[in-house]
Amino acid sequence: MKKNTYSPEHCLYLKKVRRKSAFVQVLRFGVLLLILGIWELIAALQLVDPFIISSPSRIAKMIAELASDGSLFYHVGTTLWETLLGFAIAVVLGTTIALALWWSDTAKRVLEPYIVVLNSLPKIALGPVIIVWFGTGASAIVFMTVLVGIIVATMNMLKGFLSTDKNKILLLESMGAKKWQILCKLVIPSALPDFISMLKICVGMAWIGSIMGEYIVSRAGLGYLIVYGGQVFKLDLVMAATFILCILAAGMYALVALAEKLIVKK
Amino acid sequence: MNEQYGAQPILQFSDVSLTYHTKAGETVAAKNLSFSVDRGEFIAVIGPSGCGKTTVLSMTAGLLPPSSGKVRVYGKAPDRSAEYFGYMLQKDELFPWRTVEQNIFLPLEIKKKNTPEMRSKALALAEKYGLGGFLKHYPDQLSGGMRQRAALIRTLAAGPEILLLDEPFSALDYQTRLSVCDDVYAIIRSEKKTAILVTHDISEAISVADRVLVLSKRPARVTAVHKLGFGDLVPLKRRESPQFSSWFELLWKELNI
Repeated sequence: MKKNTYSPEHCLYLKKVRRKSAFVQVLRFGVLLLILGIWELIAALQLVDPFIISSPSRIAKMIAELASDGSLFYHVGTTLWETLLGFAIAVVLGTTIALALWWSDTAKRVLEPYIVVLNSLPKIALGPVIIVWFGTGASAIVFMTVLVGIIVATMNMLKGFLSTDKNKILLLESMGAKKWQILCKLVIPSALPDFISMLKICVGMAWIGSIMGEYIVSRAGLGYLIVYGGQVFKLDLVMAATFILCILAAGMYALVALAEKLIVKK
Repeated sequence: MNEQYGAQPILQFSDVSLTYHTKAGETVAAKNLSFSVDRGEFIAVIGPSGCGKTTVLSMTAGLLPPSSGKVRVYGKAPDRSAEYFGYMLQKDELFPWRTVEQNIFLPLEIKKKNTPEMRSKALALAEKYGLGGFLKHYPDQLSGGMRQRAALIRTLAAGPEILLLDEPFSALDYQTRLSVCDDVYAIIRSEKKTAILVTHDISEAISVADRVLVLSKRPARVTAVHKLGFGDLVPLKRRESPQFSSWFELLWKELNI
């Protein structure tokens, strides 16, 4: 109804904008098709042995095969559950620790070097320790996932909390606000965008953690399929599991992006 | 309220000094400051930039204890959680995730006075001063002038008696500054508040104040106090009056000693 009031020039402009974005969409999809097509072609013409590089059709066949005997859902379910649990624990614990460090400047200064060291430590180095402590079950993988995500979560949230506008803090202080009031009314709401960006980073971290965990220990999950496929030289299996992993990671990221739209109105 | 202080000054600085301590060293921000403010008075504090004008407000509000000397508000040491202060900063500092209405209620929430009566009082103020149609808007939908007006209503919401204004117009463009200055003056007068305005803008000080306090370069001392005698003349009219330029010249000279 409002559109009718636009000038022809503006309508033309809108049309151009729409056309441009449609063009980008088509190209985007085209790139994928092109890559898959070339891949399929190389395999079909035996330019490279498909045993080594697999091919899109072989991957599709493998996924169908896994789906038909139900093992696909078992492995996807295992990995998804481990990833989500580790992600949730890392986010909740990381945010809580960041809150505590915001609250106590002394604690922050005391713990800072430890956090920096833990952040740069490659977590995979703790593999043997994790096996000894947690055995070879799901708990070891969840622990690895938490380990990979928690430091990043803590550091990002702390940075968000500390970047609260000093003048707004002064304003609340002049109203006689207590520290917890400053925290609840100002620091937490103003760190919401940091929380969302931390979630996005942690999605990636959680997948790294769970797959890494499954590489070290495990008898199920997508990481297990990849390792197993590699050991028995079934590249179709490796590629199929990787492909599913891509879709799951993208889906989880999309969920966080959706949450962002719902939560951050302003 | 506080009738017994009717004759006494509402705010008194006696021989107040303040030294800031940082790792790099210590800075004497104010030295032997003495002045007083009476009930219902509009005081402007001017001084060269960086002279410690804001420090004066911080000490008044009880945010900074003086190193020596006494600050007395209603005869007692100031308490930042006391109900009689309303602090207004350079920028409006409205919370972008809150609507105008929710921003105005902020001091009520902080001071635990979030009752239906206080809320309706605050809303009446907003209505009276032209924010009625914008209560459900978010700050970024408002113009700079409207935002600063919303900030003033927020400052007034909890019913403070003393307003501490820290260059509240300096972030606005010239045109808006003049009209918001007029508005704020009118609101403060009609609500019968005591106000202390800190500014580096001489003409702003002359256009709103009953008395002007001139501070020296750091460490801040009071170098002169002038009673302007414009009465209830509104800022824009003051700017047109012949005394305006002579006050301007005098204060200009005093600032540059």
